[in-house]
Amino acid sequence: MTAKIAYGDIEVGTELPAQTFPVTRATLVQYAGASGDFNPIHWNEKFAKEVGLPDVIAHGMFTMAEAIRVVTDWTGDPAAVVEYGVRFTKPVVVPNDDEGATIEVSGKVAAKLDDNRVRVDLTVKSAGQKVLGMSRAVVRLA
Amino acid sequence: MALDQSFVGRSYPPTDPYEVGREKIREFAQAVGDTNPAYTDPEAAKALGHSDVIAPPTFVFAITFKAAGQVTTDPQLGLDYSRVVHGDQKFAYTRPVRAGDRLTVTSTIEAIKSMAGNEILDIRGEVHDEAGEHVVTAWTKLVARGADAAEGEA
Repeated sequence: MTAKIAYGDIEVGTELPAQTFPVTRATLVQYAGASGDFNPIHWNEKFAKEVGLPDVIAHGMFTMAEAIRVVTDWTGDPAAVVEYGVRFTKPVVVPNDDEGATIEVSGKVAAKLDDNRVRVDLTVKSAGQKVLGMSRAVVRLA
Repeated sequence: MALDQSFVGRSYPPTDPYEVGREKIREFAQAVGDTNPAYTDPEAAKALGHSDVIAPPTFVFAITFKAAGQVTTDPQLGLDYSRVVHGDQKFAYTRPVRAGDRLTVTSTIEAIKSMAGNEILDIRGEVHDEAGEHVVTAWTKLVARGADAAEGEA
C-alpha cells in the first residue's frame, strides 16, 4: 500500500478535491449489469412510480461507489481505504433525459488517528439535498 | 409481524468460493466511471505493491449481498423482502480484493430491531480468501418497511 499523501502533511480540516459525477439512465443500466443488482426501481419508471418513488432512482451502492472516488483519487492507491461506511438517507432521482442527475461529493479530514490513519467525512448531495448520511472513510496515509 | 429475536447471533454456512476475475473488476470500474489504473492494469497495481489488479472498495458488495440472500430468504426468519430497503452499508478491509481471489462469505445476523413500525436487520458478512485469511467484513443494514410506514429508498 503506497498512498501518495503523507500523514504528516495533513491537518484536521484539510479538504479533499471535490468532484461531481454524472448519472444517467444508461449509467444505471451499466451499473445494474456490472453489479448484478437488477431491481427495476433502478431502470423501470413505471415500476418505480408504482412503488411510490418519484421516478427511477440510482442504486445506493452506485452512489456509495462514486463518493469514495474522492478519497481514492486523493490517495492514489485505493487500498489506502481501510474502512468505509454510509447511510442511505435520500434517493438520487434520475430523470429520463440526456442530462440525468449529478452526484456532488466533497470531503475533509475530520480526525487524525494512530498508525498514520485519518478519518475523512464526505458530504454527498444530489439536486441540492444530502443523499448519504454518516458517510465516513478511514484512510491509511504514507 | 416482528422478526424472531432468537435469530440474533445466527451464522449461516460459508458460501462456495467466488473467483474474482480481472475482467469483472474492469467491468465494475467502467460502470462507476473510475479510471484508476490499479483496477485495470496489472503493472500499475504492482507498482503500488499489489500482486494483481485490485477491486474498487465497494466491488465486494455484490458478493456479500448475494451471500446475505441465505438470511433474507430464510423461510424460518420470514422477512418480507418486497418491503426491504438498504439502510446502511459499511466495510472494514484487511486488504483489498484482488483478481484471482477465491472468496467465501460467512453471514451472521448481528441484530434485529423494531423501530417506528419497521423491522431492522443487521447482517455481517465476513469475507475470507482461499488460505482462510480475512479480506473484508461487510455490514449491511436492511429495513423492512412496515405496511403503514413512509416510503424509503434503496
